[in-house]
Amino acid sequence: MYVAAKGGEKAIRNAHALLAKRRRGNTNLPSITLDQIAQQLTLAVDRVMAEGSLYDVELAALAVKQARGDLIEAIFLIRAFRTTLPRFGYARALDTARMLVRRRVSATYKDLPGGQLLGPTFDYTHRLLDTSLGVADEAEGVADQTDQAGEAEAPVAMPRVTDLLGQEGLIEGAPADDGSEPFDITRAPVSFPVDRSTRLQTLARGDEGYLLALGYSTQRGYGRSHPFVGEIRFGDVEVMFEAPELGFEVSLGTVQVTECQSVNQFKGSATTPPQFTRGYGLVFGQCERKAMSMALVERALRWEELGEEPGAPAQDEEFVLSHSDNVQATGFVEHLKLPHYVDFQAELDLVRRMRAEQAAEMKEAAE
Amino acid sequence: MQSSPVDSRDGNASHAARQGVMALMARAERGELDGALARLAPVPAASDLKPPEVGLVMLRGRTGGDGAPFNLGEATVARAAIRLEGGASGFAYRLGRDVKAARTAAILDALWQDAARRGAVEEALAPLRARLSTEAATVRAETAATKVDFFTLVRGED
Repeated sequence: MYVAAKGGEKAIRNAHALLAKRRRGNTNLPSITLDQIAQQLTLAVDRVMAEGSLYDVELAALAVKQARGDLIEAIFLIRAFRTTLPRFGYARALDTARMLVRRRVSATYKDLPGGQLLGPTFDYTHRLLDTSLGVADEAEGVADQTDQAGEAEAPVAMPRVTDLLGQEGLIEGAPADDGSEPFDITRAPVSFPVDRSTRLQTLARGDEGYLLALGYSTQRGYGRSHPFVGEIRFGDVEVMFEAPELGFEVSLGTVQVTECQSVNQFKGSATTPPQFTRGYGLVFGQCERKAMSMALVERALRWEELGEEPGAPAQDEEFVLSHSDNVQATGFVEHLKLPHYVDFQAELDLVRRMRAEQAAEMKEAAE
Repeated sequence: MQSSPVDSRDGNASHAARQGVMALMARAERGELDGALARLAPVPAASDLKPPEVGLVMLRGRTGGDGAPFNLGEATVARAAIRLEGGASGFAYRLGRDVKAARTAAILDALWQDAARRGAVEEALAPLRARLSTEAATVRAETAATKVDFFTLVRGED
């Protein structure tokens, strides 16, 4: 139990002033701007939006600055901020087929309609530190694209790899939209077991490192489901919202998301012929590692529905989902450093009393 | 599509055109909207139907990309609702927290509903339309330049 302690106001004030000074660093250097953070630390900003579960580039950049680059602290700030705003409503589900694609790759088909578009990726880099970045760097021009002029036309939609497999019935379909409202974990307490949409919402805001470790564990044999990355795509999708005053849908603008479709094994059952199964990941921003991990874990959690053997950590729905939120996790872990003096005093008394009783018993036995 | 209570003068056919302009304004920088409004001066005074405000919209995805919906996470949204003196009501919803930009977009939306001004509003927004179109084309061209043709090597015959 945590009992409030009083006092220390002056020390706390001074500590916060010192924090502000340390955050600012050497004042001979210019203060970092939110635009610089948003433009040059884009993936940090994306992670804060994804796990903060709030899409707002400027706010996420502010949070990164205020948190001195501590992303979990920044995510915490974003989560606290969102509680101050009213909810206007729910948007229509994003249509990831109609994406302004910035990257799109498949590990299952080399020649897929729409092509393999590497986009801005760390893949195939040599992971050698580039010492030329140690000084102010100029943007490099992207190679001449005159030969690609025809590609600048807006495509109607980018087909999904799962659709290609689906045409032959070789992969399970996505669960149908029956028109019912999906559960919203920000509006009602979760009680287990939960449905797939609740899992997806929870995983979408879950900690990247945690999901990475769990996804990795499934590859190493703890709940093996032999995944392929059917497709990863990243780009801009339009947000459509039915405005109550208007009675028709309006476009709110675009957000960037990363989507991952995993294609996994399934032995089939008495009623279903063998076909591939699917895991799904969708994350705000360019968060590819997270989207892939989410798809692996999402697939592992479907063991019961697919008639698989349980027992691996990544298959334990309540364990996986209850510990995926890094704001809850850090809150509970870090509260341990706050004053627990009364608590501890009680335990101290208890240990002393037990020791005294034991000593008395030993003395009695010796006599 | 249901007919709107606020622009009953317009038929459903013009919903699509109005939606297109609103979509455009949702993507504009505040300066672009201010510039467009300045070009349309003088305009009637606008009063707020309700104060411009910032709120949240819960975005959704679909399981597998095309299946049952799930809640993905929220986004900040600024909205404004105005009425022009002796004219139409205008509305704006935009991602982000820029309520001033939303209010300007709502005024432009109201002006656009006036058939006599529609052409001028479209013209004032033409540079914005051109910028967005150029930017999207640049993204497509840059991305297309990273298109790869993977090929698999045939294993040695035996």
